[in-house]
Amino acid sequence: MSQQTDEALVIVAHGSHLNPDSSTPTFSHADTIREADAFETVREAFWKEEPSFREVLRIVGAETVYVVPMFISEGYFTEQVIPRELRLQDWDVADWESDGTSADHATYTAADTGATVRYCGPVGTHDSMTDVIVQRARSITDNPDVGPGVGLAVVGHGTERNENSAKAIEYHADRIREAYDFAEVKAMFMDESPEVDDVAALFESDDVVVVPLFVADGYHTQEDIPADMGLALDEPGSYPVPGMVDGTKIWYSGAVGTEPLLADVILERAADAGADVDAAIDRVKRRTGGTTIDAE
Amino acid sequence: MDRESDPVAALVAAVAERSISYDGLSVSKSDGLYTFETTERQVTDLTASALGETAAGDPFVDNWFHWTQRSRSTAEQAFLRWVEHAEERSVPERYSALTSGVVVREWGQLRITATVVDGGRRYGLRHSDDRDADPAELERFVDPLKAREIATTDDKGRYRPLKTAPTLSTGWLFPELTGASLVEAIDFIYPATIQNWALEREGELDVTNWADAADRQSGIYAMVDELSGEQLEWLTEACCVDSQCLKRREWDAADGEEIDTPHGAGAFPCREPCSVVISAARKWTQIEREDTERYTVELTPSEKAQLEALVAAVADGRIDEIREAEFSDPANRQRARYLRAKRFDAEGTLSAESDRPN
Ligand code: SF4
Repeated sequence: MSQQTDEALVIVAHGSHLNPDSSTPTFSHADTIREADAFETVREAFWKEEPSFREVLRIVGAETVYVVPMFISEGYFTEQVIPRELRLQDWDVADWESDGTSADHATYTAADTGATVRYCGPVGTHDSMTDVIVQRARSITDNPDVGPGVGLAVVGHGTERNENSAKAIEYHADRIREAYDFAEVKAMFMDESPEVDDVAALFESDDVVVVPLFVADGYHTQEDIPADMGLALDEPGSYPVPGMVDGTKIWYSGAVGTEPLLADVILERAADAGADVDAAIDRVKRRTGGTTIDAE
Repeated sequence: MDRESDPVAALVAAVAERSISYDGLSVSKSDGLYTFETTERQVTDLTASALGETAAGDPFVDNWFHWTQRSRSTAEQAFLRWVEHAEERSVPERYSALTSGVVVREWGQLRITATVVDGGRRYGLRHSDDRDADPAELERFVDPLKAREIATTDDKGRYRPLKTAPTLSTGWLFPELTGASLVEAIDFIYPATIQNWALEREGELDVTNWADAADRQSGIYAMVDELSGEQLEWLTEACCVDSQCLKRREWDAADGEEIDTPHGAGAFPCREPCSVVISAARKWTQIEREDTERYTVELTPSEKAQLEALVAAVADGRIDEIREAEFSDPANRQRARYLRAKRFDAEGTLSAESDRPN
């Protein structure tokens, strides 16, 4: 089964004590990567579920472990919680040499197991995430050529909790504007302007695809954002696709993290950190609808 | 047949390099001739080919091959040997049990069975409450990844945030796992328990006591280091005893400062406060910051007993068992409603007088 020995991939995510759906995308992307046979061992670990970050390295037992955070932006979790809980010796956020969206990877020894950990930047800020957002727009509209005549809103929290969170949203919005042919592309936020509440008013296009840059569906993506936009909610999570708001057709996609192509971003992170997974990346892209359109 | 797949070929090749001594089997070479010895028999002065004939079909040889010629992690090896009682049962005893399929171990709420099939081990895995269930009645699984779904919700469909809570769902069966896939399935049901159990056996379990675990917290959990002393007794009584969690608590308040709450009898250790406990601790820290007040409340003795019964019903998870119209149960719903109508106001506040009215 395995192609490599003594190399493992660990996907670290937030998880939840209350909502089982929180970890679902992490598990399904891990399964995609398992099927692509990229690593001998692939394991998920969580802040709020088990295995914990503290105990995942002893489970995988590999000499070299690629750790990829299922988080949208650099911040508290990627810079403090994960390195501390994984016991990365001499972790220093400066090693990432990041401007807030450009963390790549840095290498440490885990104090408890002695494993070499190649600690990667979060999935949310990787360049290939741009393609996942576009792929999400294609999936939700069921139109592989979606773009011309259609607006695209990339939605995030905003800066209230973490300034890098807004940077990541803007970063991808800019890249999509340059590389794809949507009529309009805007970064929008839940708690600062431009606010997602005004999506219908701020876009000129009659059709607007709205993609929230969240790793999993939960209260924010299933209740807050659809309600803020003015989509009718019969019950949590049941909004119409497309739905009409003030004459604009809103194609709301739910969390981008559920898009199967996100498995590719996880592998790209590991590849950037030195994992030999090119063949697996091809297999994953073929299976999840990824294209080779390069946004550069 | 080569030494990768054939125990006898592997034995002959291995003993040409150095003597073997394993689980009651000894094979050695001197002056070009071999001695083959088990707890059952001794054969000396064997040529290499006679050694092969002697070894063929011997369970000691199969046992040696199975446990020494396959690559496994230390934890996996220790666990799988524990499953078949390798440390306390002789090879003939074990093999006779393994071939008749009655080797059993319990791990939390799991029941593991082991058999020998074509020289390899095969393991069955099910809920221990399903020990007598007809296998045909259980939902069958092959892929160990499916264990993840089994562990997600309890029999009532409720989400299980704590994997080692004694609420594992029933009604399923993995009839035939390999050793590696057994370990994988168990890891999805009770993550890291095998590794921590193995570390503990080696005397290498890294336990983090409350004081250090609380110190490490940051953000909204930084406050939990305010809890100490009796509060930790109550916290562990609330979350960590065997009725709530199957891990055996190995952490204490601090080095040399034990928490008296029973540590539990679980097979596998808990090495530090888990995220559920830390998250609960945040709530208790907030509550413990409040000052007490003295209230004067008017209740009949039965009403006081009823409040006690209501707390007990929730704390013991008994609410679902209380039947409609069972008025002899003080935690019955209509009885609670009567009490509320009588002693509480429209906002649900208990009529009480405080010595520190604001
Ligand atoms: S801290 Fe308590 S509840 Fe949590 S895993 Fe350990 S024993 Fe169980």
